[in-house]
Amino acid sequence: MAEFRLPKHSKVKPGRTFPAVAGATRTKNFKVYRWNPDDGENPSTDTFEIDLDACGPMVLDALVKIKNEIDPTLTFRRSCREGICGSCAMNIDGTNTLACLKPIADVKGEVRINPLPHMLVVKDLVPDLSKAYAQLRSIEPWLKVDTPAPPDSERLQSKEERSQLDGMWECILCFCCTTSCPSYWWNGDRYLGPAVLLQAYRWIADSRDERTGERLDALQDPFKLYRCHTIMNCTQTCPKGLNPAKAISKIKQLLVERQG
Amino acid sequence: MTNPRDALTIARTSDGRLVRRPLSPHLQAYKPQITSVLSIMNRMTGIALSVGTLLLVWWFVAAASSDSAYAGVSGFMRSPLGLLFLFGWIASLWYHFCNGIRHLAWDAGMGFELPTVYATGWAVVGATGVLTVVTMIAVVMAL
Repeated sequence: MAEFRLPKHSKVKPGRTFPAVAGATRTKNFKVYRWNPDDGENPSTDTFEIDLDACGPMVLDALVKIKNEIDPTLTFRRSCREGICGSCAMNIDGTNTLACLKPIADVKGEVRINPLPHMLVVKDLVPDLSKAYAQLRSIEPWLKVDTPAPPDSERLQSKEERSQLDGMWECILCFCCTTSCPSYWWNGDRYLGPAVLLQAYRWIADSRDERTGERLDALQDPFKLYRCHTIMNCTQTCPKGLNPAKAISKIKQLLVERQG
Repeated sequence: MTNPRDALTIARTSDGRLVRRPLSPHLQAYKPQITSVLSIMNRMTGIALSVGTLLLVWWFVAAASSDSAYAGVSGFMRSPLGLLFLFGWIASLWYHFCNGIRHLAWDAGMGFELPTVYATGWAVVGATGVLTVVTMIAVVMAL
């Protein structure tokens, strides 16, 4: 049963405020979700006033500035700072995206930053992704074949066959889409969610893979696949501009078509 | 802890004590947008239609029982409250109908590009408005 409110120990309390340094003229408030496992307190929202003239253009720049100059205990994942690693996925200004790709100037008013929604929090903006990764593993995201590879070459694909994978190989598994999906919020323990289903279709659509039937069998399940109700929050939020909802619909279509 | 799934929320602090991980904000933080709002509207109008069907059944049963029973229901339907009920039911019917066509297209694998999702979404809202107004005019004229 869907639980619309946050459990008591997850309710977000007001937090501390860190004013900008004296003399800052162009400032913006960043309201950042904080939770420290060590202090036994509920999560809180800290407000950081940032001097935009002394900060890079992206939300990630502001977070790095906070960590370097204001509060070194602020915890978040980041790596490539150019939208290819998927580490800095978080909820910024009410939608999921990558902090490194989100310009501060795109946010009107104060910048609200939360961890990816409806996830267990490890610390501050770091969500526990172990369940999502386990779900990814469950669809066996690797090439499965019975026939041996040609002895003197790779398994080849035509240009058309290769183009079937466009819009899927680009996925960086940031889980912005999965955690934007209300169906995943309410049924995430059984519904695989858009990111994992996009990956499932990536292997179903691969001309070299020989276990398509087996893959479809595994997905023919009221919860794993069919909790998708075409809400489309996934496609709306994907920071890479991909379309998980379309991939899910293709799986559903294949399941119908193979019934003959 | 009453739900066994809550066991997954247990973690350890840096010095080894047990602690419960909080759940990050979801509905509280996520901005409503046309995708999710139209989707939950489809669910809510579906529920409203089920309730509205009771109204229809009540009307049929009254028509089958007696003149006075029918006059009673008919009187209620013409009262301001009855008309409000009727308006809600008609709006729900048209919204669910129009969005149902959108869902049929999706089930056939069409209309998944984001600009199309927006265009068809607003078209459903517009069509619901127009059809509801037209139907209500017909209802009021028939009074």
